[in-house]
Amino acid sequence: MRLVGFYLFAAVAVLLPILFPDNYFVTVVGASAGLHVILAVGLNLLMGYAGQISLGHAAFFGMGAYTSAILTTRFAWPGLLAMAAGLLVAGVMAWLFARPILRLRGHYLAMATLGFGIIVHVIMVQAMHWTGGPDGLAGIPPLNLLGWTVEGDQQWYGVIIAAMLLTIWLSLNIVDSRMGRALRAVRGSEFAAQMMGIDTARAKTQVFVVSALFAAFAGSLFAHQQAFISPDSFNLMISVELVTMVVLGGMASTFGAACGAIALTLLHQGLVVFEDYEMLIHGGLLMVVMIFLPQGLFVGLSQGVRRVMNNSSIVLRYREIVSTKLSSSSR
Amino acid sequence: MPEQLFQFLVTGITVGSLYALVGLGFALIYNASDVVNFAQGEFVMLGAMTAIGLLAAGWPLVLAAMAATLLTVLVGLLLERFAIEPAWGASVVATIIITIGAAIFLRGVALLLWGKDFHAMPPFSGDAPIHLGSATLLPQSLWVLGGAVVLVTLVHLFLNRTLVGKALLACSFNRAAAQLVGINVKVMLRLAYGLSAGLGAVAGILIAPITFSSYEAGIMLGLKGFSAAIVGGIGNPMGAVAGGLILGVLEALGAGLISSGYKDAIAFLFVLMVLFFEPTGLFGHKVAERV
Repeated sequence: MRLVGFYLFAAVAVLLPILFPDNYFVTVVGASAGLHVILAVGLNLLMGYAGQISLGHAAFFGMGAYTSAILTTRFAWPGLLAMAAGLLVAGVMAWLFARPILRLRGHYLAMATLGFGIIVHVIMVQAMHWTGGPDGLAGIPPLNLLGWTVEGDQQWYGVIIAAMLLTIWLSLNIVDSRMGRALRAVRGSEFAAQMMGIDTARAKTQVFVVSALFAAFAGSLFAHQQAFISPDSFNLMISVELVTMVVLGGMASTFGAACGAIALTLLHQGLVVFEDYEMLIHGGLLMVVMIFLPQGLFVGLSQGVRRVMNNSSIVLRYREIVSTKLSSSSR
Repeated sequence: MPEQLFQFLVTGITVGSLYALVGLGFALIYNASDVVNFAQGEFVMLGAMTAIGLLAAGWPLVLAAMAATLLTVLVGLLLERFAIEPAWGASVVATIIITIGAAIFLRGVALLLWGKDFHAMPPFSGDAPIHLGSATLLPQSLWVLGGAVVLVTLVHLFLNRTLVGKALLACSFNRAAAQLVGINVKVMLRLAYGLSAGLGAVAGILIAPITFSSYEAGIMLGLKGFSAAIVGGIGNPMGAVAGGLILGVLEALGAGLISSGYKDAIAFLFVLMVLFFEPTGLFGHKVAERV
C-alpha cells in the first residue's frame, strides 16, 4: 500500500500522451516538468528530509549537463558512458564538498552553497575553451540507449518520464530506509540524533551526494534532449527556482516536491504571455506560501481535504491507508 | 607594478565601501531579528533607480536623493510589517526563502517601473579624474568613500552612544531580556529594517554614477554585502564594514592580477575559505552559533 501514490502518479504520466498524442503541452511541457520533478525530488531529500538548505543546486544540474555535452561532442563518447561520467563528477564533487560545508548551519550553509553555485557558474562562463563560454555548447548528439536513438518529442517524453518515475521510486524507498529515518532525526534535532547513535555527518554527506546525483542525472538528460546548453540554464535564479518548487509543493513529501515542480513549470508556461509579471508573481508566490502555508501548497491542501473528509466512512478506510503511508513516509 | 597595485587598492576600497554599507545593513537586521535579509541588495537598487528616475524628472539632486532614501525606508518598513512579522518564529530556511521571495518581488516591481535598460546617473561633482601619484580617482569615488565613512561613524555612534541604539543592541543580545527591561522589541525591529533600507539606498545613490544601474543590479551587491557580513562575523556591524573593505580590495586585486571574468569567483572562494576555516568570521565573537 505504501506505493499507491506512486502507481497513481505513474498511471497519469503514462496515460497523458495516450489520451492526448501530439499535444505540445503533454510532450514538450510534460518532458520539461519531468526533468524538474527529478531535480525537485532530489533537492527535497536534502531540504525537506534532512533540513539542509542548498542555494546552489543548479551547479550539480550543470555538472551533469556539461560533462555529458563535452564528452559526447568533443570526445565522441557514447551518451550513456558520458552520463555515467557526469554522475561521477557531480557525486565526487558533492562528496568532497559535503564534509566542510555541511558542518555549517542555517545562514552559513545558505551562503556556502550559494557561493559554490556562483563559482561553478563563473567557471562555465569563463572556461570558454571547454564550455563554449556564455554562448554555450551546441550540437550535442541525441541519446543512444543500447542501439535505440531517442528522437522526437514523444520518445523524449517517454524517456524522461521513465527516469522521473525511477527517481520518485528511489526517493520513496530512501525515505523509508534506515538512512531516511536517520535524516529525519537530523532534521528534528541534530544533537538528539547524535545521542541516538546516528553518524550525522555521514548521513548528511550521503543525502547531499544522492541529491547531487539526481541533479546530474537530470542534467545529462537535459543536455541530450535540448541538444544545446548554456550557462543561463544553471545560474543562481535556477537554484532559487528549484528551492521554490520544493517549498511550493511541500517540504518533506516526495509527491509534494513533484507537484511543486509540475506546478511551477506550468506557471512559467502560462506566464510566457505576461513575461514582465513573471518575477512579480514568482516572488510574491514564494513569500505568500512560506508565510501562510509553510508546509507547502500541496501538503497543506491535502491535509485540509483530509480534515473535511474525516466523517465519511469510505474515507475512514482511506485514512487508514494514508495514515500508515504517512507515518512511514513523511515525518 | 607597484603603481598598478596602488590603483587596484584605490578601486578596491571604493567598491569595498559599498559592500561595507550593504554588509552593515545585513548585520543590523540580523542583530535585531536573526533574519538574513536577502532583499538587502534590492534596497540599494531601489535607492539608485528611484533617484535616477526623479533626477530625470527634473528634481534637484539633493531632493531626489532624499526622496529616494525615504521611499526605500518605507519599502523596508513594509517588508518588515508584511513579510517578516507575520512569519514570526519561522525556521531559518523559511525566513531565507521569504526574503529571497521579497527580493525577486522587488526586482519584478523595478522591472515593471523602469524596464530592462541600464540607467546612468550624472556624477555629483564632475568627472575630471583626480591624479593621486600614479593612480587616478574619480571625484565620485571620493563621494562614496566620504559617504561610507560618515554613515559608518553615525551608525557606530548611534549604536553605542544613544539610548535607542543601545536598546537595539540589547535586542540583539537577548530579545526576551530586552523586552523584560521595557524595550519595545517590535519597534526596534522596524527601526532596524528602516535603518538598513536607508543605508542601502544611500549606498546605491552614491555608487550609481560609477556603475550603471538596472533592475537586476541588486542581486550581486546583496550577495557581496552578505559575504562581507559573513567574513566580518555575522551580527558584528563593524566587522561587516571591515569584511566589505577586505572583499572589495581582494576582488580588485583578483580582477587586475588574475582575470576580471573570475572576480566574482575569487570573492566567493574567499568567503568559502573563511566559512570552512573560521566560520565565526574574521572578527566575530568566538562564541557557539546562536540556536
